[in-house]
Amino acid sequence: MKIQGKVWKFGDNIDTDVIIPARFLNVSDKEILAKNCFADLRPEFGGSVAKGDIILGGSNFGCGSSREHAPLAIKTAGIGVIVAKSFARIFYRNAFNIGLPILESKEAVEAILDGDKVSVDLITGEITNVNKGVKYAANPIPDFMRAIIDAGGLVEYVKKQ
Amino acid sequence: MGMTITEKILAAHSGKNSVKPGDLLQAKVDLALANDVTAPLAIKVFYEVGRSDVFDREKIALVPDHFVPNKDIPSAAQAKIMRDFAGKHNIKHYFEVGDMGIEHVILPEKGLVIPGDLVIGADSHTCTYGAVGAFSTGVGSTDLGVIMATGEVWLKVPPTIKVVFKGTLQKWVGGKDLIIYLIGKLGVEGANYRAIEFTGPVVKELSIENRLTMSNMAIECGAKNGIFETDEITMNYIKDRTTRKPVIYKADPDAKYEREIIIDVTDIGPQVAWPHSPDNVKPVSESGSVKLDQVFIGSCTNGRLEDLAQAAEILKGRKRAEGLRLIVIPGSQLIYKQAIQQGIIETFLDAGATIGPPTCGPCLGGHMGILTKGERCASTSNRNFLGRMGDIGSEVYLVGPAVAAASAVLGRIGLPEEL
Repeated sequence: MKIQGKVWKFGDNIDTDVIIPARFLNVSDKEILAKNCFADLRPEFGGSVAKGDIILGGSNFGCGSSREHAPLAIKTAGIGVIVAKSFARIFYRNAFNIGLPILESKEAVEAILDGDKVSVDLITGEITNVNKGVKYAANPIPDFMRAIIDAGGLVEYVKKQ
Repeated sequence: MGMTITEKILAAHSGKNSVKPGDLLQAKVDLALANDVTAPLAIKVFYEVGRSDVFDREKIALVPDHFVPNKDIPSAAQAKIMRDFAGKHNIKHYFEVGDMGIEHVILPEKGLVIPGDLVIGADSHTCTYGAVGAFSTGVGSTDLGVIMATGEVWLKVPPTIKVVFKGTLQKWVGGKDLIIYLIGKLGVEGANYRAIEFTGPVVKELSIENRLTMSNMAIECGAKNGIFETDEITMNYIKDRTTRKPVIYKADPDAKYEREIIIDVTDIGPQVAWPHSPDNVKPVSESGSVKLDQVFIGSCTNGRLEDLAQAAEILKGRKRAEGLRLIVIPGSQLIYKQAIQQGIIETFLDAGATIGPPTCGPCLGGHMGILTKGERCASTSNRNFLGRMGDIGSEVYLVGPAVAAASAVLGRIGLPEEL
């Protein structure tokens, strides 16, 4: 399965407080959460992400609070995949659990710029900078996480057990 | 091969004699926790799993603490979802406003977590319970919803980092200073996916309150959990709080650690984490003159009686600086009552503090002390991310209760000795 879209690039240690500030956690409606995603850091994000757009993050993406509202807001906003140098532990679990694809690739994050058009093959992990024709490989997804993805998220995985 | 404390608890909860880092386990959960922010999503997931009832009504704790007493209509609706669920499934450990407190303060206080337990919470600071010899870690709402249905969680065994604290503690240096000093050394990602085992002669003398503060902030360097060996101090703390039998695990002499960090505390003074990251740490003595608009004493990190008593000791007979707001929030109903009985609350009131009901309050920018652009707050809480306590143009400085109290009087970040 391929995702293609525009890149929204962020730096290191993007915490879940900046992804969805606490003042928006008084609801769990995912559409409202999506609208307020990155409300302070990039106020234009919630209203202008197109379906299939891609987030590039630095190291330790999603650190801090365990709030699942963060990956949920990103997914609902239309982001098709997050590629980061590394992910914080709880965010990593949450993303797989709710079916938001995430990949790790230091090379891709360093080379690709904000606004670039990028294509990501979720099966092979191949990341292509469409403008420049350059390809990067993502780290392989661990087998157990792949099983959760293949089932369609943790709830479906558990139901099948 | 020998095992660490974390490895032993994980093995015991997954029916194995031995585990090693990297092993994937299906573990049985002794207590599952959620709050008024994370429970509503978890409850939705619980119903999606399709079970008619929770795995064990006595092994789930639901604590309204983030936005209660409710700050607005939407947050009241979220709290009601949790309250209704607790009522419908007869959840034993649901704490209504008036009984409640901050989740990570009241669970140890009420003896709901004891040595050897495996506790999973939909809150990142669930790692707090390592202080009482339990394995505990934070997850998101989907994991928690599944746990409420099945009583089990998948976990990967983390490698353990051993941190040895030795030397002699200076006056006014406590668990908060030690943990932010360590986070400053490790970096915010330095223990990602790892367990931390706190050990050494210094921590063996530390109170449970100080240990709770240290375990609480293990997540701020990415750690999965931060655990202490159970000792006489732990046993004294739990003895009148539970009738359950604790299981005491000690690391084997040949346990394998990923790395060992030795910290001599003798020359470490009170520390402060500068904006906007818990690893941006320096000694208070080298912090110059940071003028403050607000001081907050409270949170799951430092909202316990010992923390309030230490702050009150410094504030006794003194007043907050002119133009500064001093906000004190006891971590639980019991702590609030004890602080009244011991004259601590009166000291705070005389010093010009305002006292809030037990709640997370301003720590996460929820309510009761939000900052506007350009404002600075010294806070005993655990995070100083951009915009954590309000406007992204505000600043949060993380300190221990002694420095917080001294800073409230000075009107700037400073040491008790400066008073």
